[in-house]
Amino acid sequence: MTATASPLVDPKMPVGEPELPDILPPVKQRHGISGFAYRHPAIAVGGTMLLLLILMAIFAPLLGTTDPTALAPSKRTRAPSAEYWFGSDMMGRDIYSRVIYGARVSLIVGFAVAIVASIAGLVVGLTSGFVRWADSIIMRVMDGMMSIPPILLAVALMALTRGSVGNVIAAIAVAEFPRVTRLVRGVVLSLREQPYVEAAVAAGTRTPMIIIRHILPNTIAPLTVQATYICASAMITESILSFIGAGTPPIIPSWGNIMADGRALWQVKPFIVFFPAIFLSITVLAVNLLGDGLRDAVDPRMAKRL
Amino acid sequence: MKADLPPVLEVKGLTKHFPVKKGLFGRTSARVHAVDGISFSISESETLGLVGESGCGKSTAGKLILKLIPPTAGEIKLEGRRIDELSGESMRDCRRTMQVVFQDPYSSLNPRMRARDVVAEPLRNFEALSENEIDKRVSELFDNVGLRSDQLSRFPHEFSGGQRQRLVIARALAVRPSLIVCDEPVSALDVSVQAQVINLLIDLQKEFGVAYLFIAHDLAVVEHISHRVAVMYLGRIVELADKESLFANPQHPYTEALLSAVPVPDPTVKPNRIILQGDVPSPIKPPPGCHFHTRCPLAFERCKIERPLMRETKPNHFAACHLREGEAVQTG
Repeated sequence: MTATASPLVDPKMPVGEPELPDILPPVKQRHGISGFAYRHPAIAVGGTMLLLLILMAIFAPLLGTTDPTALAPSKRTRAPSAEYWFGSDMMGRDIYSRVIYGARVSLIVGFAVAIVASIAGLVVGLTSGFVRWADSIIMRVMDGMMSIPPILLAVALMALTRGSVGNVIAAIAVAEFPRVTRLVRGVVLSLREQPYVEAAVAAGTRTPMIIIRHILPNTIAPLTVQATYICASAMITESILSFIGAGTPPIIPSWGNIMADGRALWQVKPFIVFFPAIFLSITVLAVNLLGDGLRDAVDPRMAKRL
Repeated sequence: MKADLPPVLEVKGLTKHFPVKKGLFGRTSARVHAVDGISFSISESETLGLVGESGCGKSTAGKLILKLIPPTAGEIKLEGRRIDELSGESMRDCRRTMQVVFQDPYSSLNPRMRARDVVAEPLRNFEALSENEIDKRVSELFDNVGLRSDQLSRFPHEFSGGQRQRLVIARALAVRPSLIVCDEPVSALDVSVQAQVINLLIDLQKEFGVAYLFIAHDLAVVEHISHRVAVMYLGRIVELADKESLFANPQHPYTEALLSAVPVPDPTVKPNRIILQGDVPSPIKPPPGCHFHTRCPLAFERCKIERPLMRETKPNHFAACHLREGEAVQTG
């Protein structure tokens, strides 16, 4: 069989340098903000949404709102219109204004709980990880607290106090921080066994310095991720507390309160519940997207595990 | 006057039993006899090789001496000062005299610290130096271990395995210790890099007079670097002698078996290997008498009952074997 007879070989093709097909197009390098958004779409989308919501809450008075607590008994339960964009509730208050102002409560509660629970969890978790005799005591208490559903624990704590935003933050933070404690303790225990921590001990580094220099920097990443989930969960818990009347006082417009007001009229005037619910969903979605993106960005190995 | 100085490190009857806890209240149900009464000493500028198979307690011995874990019993004397009972701040002061090089150069460096800060850490702990002086000392140390000063601000992941181990050695040398515990410092490295790091350690010993406790399982490496060698089996030292004497004329059946397992790079030499039967017994229930009697080809009744003591069978050659009793050199 000669070469020319083979259908696989083209006699006109130059021998020696076969032309390689471009199976893989050259990788396009993206830089700047668009590059970041391309690599971490979840962070970009979630972050942008959250930023818009924060701006909306800050500039609520400039967004065509009226006083969210002003009553208008003659204009109750109006459907959405040019005057009332989202309609009015059973006391004639403008739902659009109440929803926009309500973002303040949700965001403040979400972020405050995330920060308070993270700091409390960090302190208790570090103690648990470093003070061996305290470890089993602390962890049994945390297990006990985690065995109560967070919402029930928060309701119980709210029953002991007066309804206010501060108390809501405290109640939800108490219910959430055992989870952070367990995370931090786990990270601390695994880091303590790392040869570089043992080498630091052998090099004469004092325990507080070991925590600051070797333990904390490696704890921040998983803690940030956990904090975003706590933030989202706290917003939902706050709404539930307000909805069942155990949260922020009814005078403060919060999404849970608006929904609680509209509950009785749900079948005839669904828009009262609809708008705050949509905003709550969007906010929680934004925070969760940000959390997912951060998780993948800070530790690609964890993306598969969680 | 050198003879009057106490040895850099003196260990007597060092023991570590790890409790095995069971049940809800952590009742101790058994004990792992990791290190079972070992004694040796290291003088200035000397390297003591500590060899043995995996799980014989050699790394635990290193961590006990560094006081990274508290010993169950025994004495540790560092430059004549007992450190086994020290804790807290007084122990911290002693750490200046004693540093460590671990096996894995990847996990023994904090991934978030720059090379300069890694080496500066012990300096900052023990010496009141200005940032300029620290930078100067760190550059000198980089020079000593064969790293370039343009690598000062790199992160650990930007170095190769051998370079990382040089960095670890620089950190150990920073406060001019008199003893460095090297826990398998080269077993994670390529063979060609192993030789470089070993030779670096030998050069640094000549330059700074530092003593090494060199823990390893590779007999060739130990033979190259050590002055004296201790052989461990199941938590006990079975033989301790000068390198030449131990390799040429092993006195303990376990050492003999260990040496016969070293491959000879000559195809015409017919290997005369002593193959040990069975496995190493569990350190949770070590056999009575001599720990080695379950596998020893020469074991007899007495070995199952009585623990053999370390005896000087030849000048400066100690072995723990009943068979060598008659040959013991009469001392004192």
